[in-house]
Amino acid sequence: MAEPTRTLRTTLSKIQGLGAAHAGTEHFWRQRLTAIANLILIIAFVGILLAAGGRDYATAVAIVSHPAASIVLLLLVISVAIHMRIGMTVVIEDYVHDKGMKLAAVILNTFFAAAVAAAALFAILKLGLGRVV
Amino acid sequence: MSEVRARAPGAGVEQARPLSPHLQIYRWTWTMAMSVVHRITGCALYGGTLLVVWWLVALAAGPGPYATVQWVMNSILGRLVLIGFTWALFHHMLGGIRHFIWDLGYGFEREARMNLARFTLFGSLALTVVVWVIALALA
Repeated sequence: MAEPTRTLRTTLSKIQGLGAAHAGTEHFWRQRLTAIANLILIIAFVGILLAAGGRDYATAVAIVSHPAASIVLLLLVISVAIHMRIGMTVVIEDYVHDKGMKLAAVILNTFFAAAVAAAALFAILKLGLGRVV
Repeated sequence: MSEVRARAPGAGVEQARPLSPHLQIYRWTWTMAMSVVHRITGCALYGGTLLVVWWLVALAAGPGPYATVQWVMNSILGRLVLIGFTWALFHHMLGGIRHFIWDLGYGFEREARMNLARFTLFGSLALTVVVWVIALALA
């Protein structure tokens, strides 16, 4: 009777199939998923900008606060924030070699994406929810 | 190549070792240039989100702050930045479509690669012109 193959890998680790990095293809997949979303949403966003961009204040508010425009903008901000955070993380990992600097840059990158998203979402919600009719 | 040297670990002596070439050594190609530009436009758009946030926050804040944004965006410098932003957006978008085509397993042949690279550059320039012609016609 042959000795069964011995391994230090736990059964949980085996079925997860992630290896030593403890991560798989989530970043790759999320970057593609948000890219598809961005592609659709950016086309709508360009339309909103063309309609509202050069107009007077009241008209611009009326366009941006329209439920359809607000929903497009909310989705766009979320998708873009996730996409740009992953993208900049890759850039930082490629060019910042010092461990401490790399960690700081990756943290600041997350903070920047979160701050940009929060400010934009707050403004969109204020306009959309503040709409009278 | 004498300046390309690496230190042998622990040896304390400089030894000439072959290193992989860097950007300054490679001959520039279309596909390589578009790849680099994809990354640069991505970084530019990252900073450019601040412009979008500024516009949205000003719109939510009231007519005063909105008038300031309008004034800056309508200035010559503002216009140039916005046109650059538009081009970066379209270049990154078309570069993304190029990546989708590759992800699906197509477009790796020499001709297809070249056509996709040219499509990214000329397509983004064309889309920028189209959008700004519409924008200025509406204004």
